[in-house]
Order: sequence, then C-alpha cells, then structure tokens
Amino acid sequence: MPDAAEVPTPESSPPTPPRRRSTALLGRERVVVTRPDWAAATIPAHRKPLPIITRAALDQPGTAATHTRLSGKNREQNDGGWPPEIAALRERGAEIRRETLRDLEGHLAALTAKAEANGVVVHRAATPDDAVGIITGIARANDVRLVVKSKSMATEEMHLNAHLEENGIEVVETDLGEYIVQVADERPSHIVGPALHKSKAEVGALFEELAAERLPQEAEDLAAFARTRLRADFHHADMGISGVNFAAADTGTLTLVTNEGNADMVTSQPRIHVAVMPMEKVIPRLRDLAVLVPLLCYAATKQKVTVYQTMLNGPRRDGEPDGPEQLHLVILDNGRSSIVEGRYREVLACIRCGNCQIACPVYRTVGGHAYGSVYGGPIGAVLTPLLANTKQGRDLPFLSSLCGACFDACPVKIPLPDMLVDLRADYEAATRGRPRRWLWRLWAKAWDSPRGYRLTMTAARLAGPLLPRAVLRRLPGPGRGWAAGRALPATRDAGAFRAWFTDRRPR
Amino acid sequence: MDNGRSETMPGTVALFVACVADLAYPGPPRACVEVLEAMGVSVELPAGQTCCGQPALNSGYPRQATTLARRWLATFARYDAVVTTSGSCLSTVHHAYPRLLHGAEREQAVALAARSWEFTQFVTDFGQGLTLRLDAEVTYHDSCHMLRTLGERSSPRELLSRIDGLTLVEMTDSGVCCGFGGTFAVKLPDVSVAMADHKLAQAGRTGARYLVSADPACLMHLQGRADVTRAGIRTRHIAELVSDALVRTEVRA
Ligand code: SF4
Repeated sequence: MPDAAEVPTPESSPPTPPRRRSTALLGRERVVVTRPDWAAATIPAHRKPLPIITRAALDQPGTAATHTRLSGKNREQNDGGWPPEIAALRERGAEIRRETLRDLEGHLAALTAKAEANGVVVHRAATPDDAVGIITGIARANDVRLVVKSKSMATEEMHLNAHLEENGIEVVETDLGEYIVQVADERPSHIVGPALHKSKAEVGALFEELAAERLPQEAEDLAAFARTRLRADFHHADMGISGVNFAAADTGTLTLVTNEGNADMVTSQPRIHVAVMPMEKVIPRLRDLAVLVPLLCYAATKQKVTVYQTMLNGPRRDGEPDGPEQLHLVILDNGRSSIVEGRYREVLACIRCGNCQIACPVYRTVGGHAYGSVYGGPIGAVLTPLLANTKQGRDLPFLSSLCGACFDACPVKIPLPDMLVDLRADYEAATRGRPRRWLWRLWAKAWDSPRGYRLTMTAARLAGPLLPRAVLRRLPGPGRGWAAGRALPATRDAGAFRAWFTDRRPR
Repeated sequence: MDNGRSETMPGTVALFVACVADLAYPGPPRACVEVLEAMGVSVELPAGQTCCGQPALNSGYPRQATTLARRWLATFARYDAVVTTSGSCLSTVHHAYPRLLHGAEREQAVALAARSWEFTQFVTDFGQGLTLRLDAEVTYHDSCHMLRTLGERSSPRELLSRIDGLTLVEMTDSGVCCGFGGTFAVKLPDVSVAMADHKLAQAGRTGARYLVSADPACLMHLQGRADVTRAGIRTRHIAELVSDALVRTEVRA
C-alpha cells in the first residue's frame, strides 16, 4: 500500500501537472514491519484473548525499557499529587465537564448553530463508518490526493487513515509521535504520546530505515529529520484533518492544544480542513478554556501551558492571509449518546490527557498496545466496552489490578476504578452459562455461613499437601494461574488462627 | 486526630481476621492480638465473621458480595470498635459497602466504618505507651487500597518510626501496586507476576532485609513470587514486625 508513493507519472497522463505525493512518507515501503498484529494501526477483527496478548507483550523486546521510562514519567507527573492551584482548577474542571454532560445535546445544538453561523459545515456521524463516509466524501468532492493530519484519537476509532488510503488518498501524520507510529505501521500506544513505547534508539533506527541512510541520533536531530520531511507536505496537501480538544458552544470556537505547532500548519495551509471530534468535546463557554487548558496541560505533561494553542472559528474570510477555504466539523457519536444516558456518563468528562495511562501500573508493565484497542490504559478499559463498535473489548475491565492510581491521576475526577468494577459485573451478567457464575453463587452460599466457611478452611488445609505447586500448575482452574509464577500460600495453616485464639482461652 | 474515629481508646475491640489470613496467614491476626493485649485492650473474635466480599465484587459478582457485606455488618454491628490487619478489606467496608447497600444498611455501613481501624491506625492512635525495639532494616510497601481508598500513608510509617533500632529505607515507587489485584492475580497471572517482579526489584534495591506491608494479600503474592525467583528479601506483615518488637514489661503467664 505505501509503495504508491513513488509511482512515476506516465508520459500519457493528462496535461495537468502531476500531483505531489507525500515527501514525509518517501521510503515507507523500505520499513520492515516488525510489530505484532495487536499493535497494528487497524485492529484485527478477531483479537486474541487478553492473557495471550499480554503474555506476548511482556515478551516483546523493549517492554521492560518502556516500563522503566514510563515509571520515571509517572514519578515526575504524579508523585506529590496536585499542587494547590491545580487542585482548585481540578475541582472547577470536573464540574464544568459534568455540567456539559448534563445537557450534552443542548450544548451540541448551540455549538452547531454558532459554528454554522461562522461558516463551518457541521456533520453529525452516528457511526465510525458514517464519519469515514463523510470525510471521504469531502475529499472526493474536492479532488483531494494528499492529506496532512494532526493528532486525533477520534479518527483512530474509525481507522480513517486506512480508509482514505483505500480511496487512493495519501495521509501523513504530522505530530512527531503520530508520524513515528505511522511509519512503523502501528497505532498510538498512548493518547497524548503516541510513540511513548519507542526509545530514542528505536526511533533512530526506524528513521534510518525510512531514509536509507545514516542519521544523527540526538533527539533534536530526529525531530528535525521529521520536520524537514513534513514541511513540503504541509505545502502541497489539499486537505488537513485534525482533532479538537475543546469546542466552545457559545462561540463555535474549536481549540487544539499541541506541543509542536503542527496543528497550526495543518489547519491553516491546505485549502480544506476537517476537524473531527467525539461529541463530548463540547464545552459550554469559551472562557472555560481558562480552566480546562491549563488543567489539560498540567495533567498531560505537568506544563502550565502547552507551546501552541490553535483556535479555529471558521473558514478563511476575505482579506485573511491564510486559513482553509472550507472548514468542516465532524461530530462522532459511536455509542456516546447512549453512554451519556447511563450510569457511565462521567466517562465522557474525559479530556484525553493520558495521565491515567501513565499512572496505571498495568499499562506501564504491558504497554498500551496490549489492550488490543484504540484506547489503552484505564480510560481505554472503561471506554472501549461502552463504545458501539468495540464489542471485542468487553473484557478489558479485567485488565486492571484496581489499584486506584488512575482516579487520583485524573484531572476531572472520573471514578475509573468504580467503573471498572461495575463493567466487570456487566460483563459477567452478559456472559451466561459460565461455570464461574455457579462457583461464585456456591461461594457466597458457603461463606454466608460460619460452618461453610470452616469447611472451606478444612478443605484448603487438606488440599494443600495433595495439590503441590507442580501439580496445580498443570490443572485447569484458577490455581494454575497462581502456581505458574508463584509459590503457593501456606494453606496448611488454614484455620490456624482461630484454633490458636480459641485454645489460649479455654472456656 | 482528624479522622473522625474515637479519640479515646476502646477497651474492647472486635478483631476482623479477613479470609486471606484465615486461609493461609495466621501470623498477622495473631500478632495483632498480642500487640493489642499489650496495650491493655481486650480482643474479641466474633465467631460469625467470614469475608468482606471484595473477591466477588471485584470479579463482577456484586450480588454475592452484597450477601457477604450484610453478613459482615450483622457480625460487627454490635461492637464499638473493629480492628483488622487487612487494610484492603477495611477499604471495602469504607468504599464498596456504601455503593452496594442502600438506606438503613448503608447508614449502618458508614457508621461502622467510622469505628473501624486498620491495625497501624489503631496502634498509632493509642499505642504510645508501647515500648518497641527491634534491630532491623525494612522497607515498606503501601498497599493500594489502604493508601488510596483509606488515604492512609502516615500511620504505618509513624508506627515503624516508634520502633527503636529499626530503620525504614523507603523504596522507589512504594505506592505502586504489587500486582496482586484479587482475581486479577489468576486471571492475568503473567501481568500480575511481572508487576511483583518490579516491586521486588525496587524493594531489593533498598538493601533492606524485610519488605513490610499491612496487607496479607499483597504479602502472600510477593512472598510467593520471591520464593520462586529466590529474591533475597523476606516479607513480613507490619503487625508481626511490631509484635516482634514488643518489649514486654510484665512476665507473661
Ligand atoms: S480519564 Fe481522566 S486521566 Fe484518563 S485521559 Fe481522561 S481525563 Fe485524563
């Protein structure tokens, strides 16, 4: 698929000058794809079970180093908690987001009216496929061949890049991290830092493969390499696609927060711009940015403000030096209008800072790809099963030790651990006829009586010698998982405390 | 004390053993009895107690958890004070019961939570008179639910600091999960074990002889892993450590 980049234009082609293809992606066909299938940009239709993916992820070279890097980042970002001034913003931010969700449709209607008055074409997409249809439609109607993109997780939900490429449209990710994962044919492993799972050396090697030459390996050199390659594409692209961080309902202003300034280029250079947002990105008022932007920046990177904030109000007006001729806003639902009606509504308060991912010890240990979903980590484990198109992610709430770090890390105080627990119950209730349902019923019955409880202790004491670790790890059942990597608890002591307590005080 | 619990030491407490201790960890509740008695507290063991219900809840079976929550409340309601050596189970009473129960039952749970102590909280609050001495270098692992749900970081450290001769060497990431996570440990054993390895590596780096924590479940998991990997460090429940450190002033019958 990527090798179309250098197909020479035949002599007999029409007189129009040949369209420029992406410069940034030149050499993409040289990159040997080494990533496992569960890290691919497009998630395989039949995902392997979580124990298998996570085992494989743990065995991947680089996973341990990623854990070390992310642990350092976690200490930087989360040790010490929220400083007082940010803690105050956190309270206000949490409330603003909940206020939004109490009348999501109302705010969206206001946003739509304002944006349309500003000259923006607003599209509502019920499903990811609808959104793909809308965006490819815009591209086709405008004869678009080259698209530059800045970060958007919503477009990952619809695997937009693959669909555009199928339509003969080249897409270039211009956020450095996104560019890295695009070249490696992976998907983002983190919602703010798509390539956080890659070391500098890995990125260096990848870029050398792409360029087919030796490159200086300092971080700045690698960033400069990408920037140089991307520059021409900004200039030649017919269409820009971006995400949206906040869409203000009272003014119709779309705000993008980035570290690299690429969003400025993506939104201003091409003649057409498409901003894509999931429906919960609306905020009631433009002035709410004063709370939400610093909160997002702090939660994401501990910075007080990011380097670039891009604000879009509408297409280019007469006399303006740059900006797109057409500005489209695609608002994606994908199940969210149901979520907002239910008990998990608060998950839509998320401002996509990625801090719950950094704070999560499971995420740091297995990496973001091992969730086998667009969104990994705690937010992914909650959101994925709730989205309409991700049925196979329903077991993700079990990929958590429920340690609670995500709740403390969340700038808008989403009760992620409680939601994980509740989603587990939903999952179990939806999978009927499982023997474990009967086992839990039996368990509750037994342990709701002192006699049943005592019997369990006796059984545990007797089973201990009969089922040593070597045997247990070969039998099916929960004991096997335990015994594979750990010595067994001393069940010969089952009931010992009660016996001791009773013995020392003969009645 | 601004934690809402009683400021005067209860003369009698009910001990909540918790299922992991009943199944395989008799040491912590036993040590708890010894320490509390050394403080002059009389310890009762309500016979009807079993498990707080957390294993079912976290496995997706809230109804079964509710059954055990009701039993727990019925067992402990008549006591003025409850003490446990399992911080995680107490966090279930604090946080999960009010979510599972409604009306009068919820109120009962909230009231009972307010007169329940995790072991280190109780001894830190009322055990100033204890003479504690133990030559040891230890490092401390914060169990997740005690740290984040109960918000308890200081009591175990304060208690350790009261032991003469003991040095606490803080490990990096002391508040990071050990990977146990209840049924997570058997549903995703490889991830769980990898997390234990991270924890044991951090603990090992301190050079401490003992890895101390206030939750038997974390220790069961960590010791189980340490046994297999032959990690040098040994785990010890903080109640056992304090009991080891008791300098008894009376001849015990
Ligand atoms: S759930 Fe909270 S911490 Fe996680 S990405 Fe969303 S806002 Fe950030």
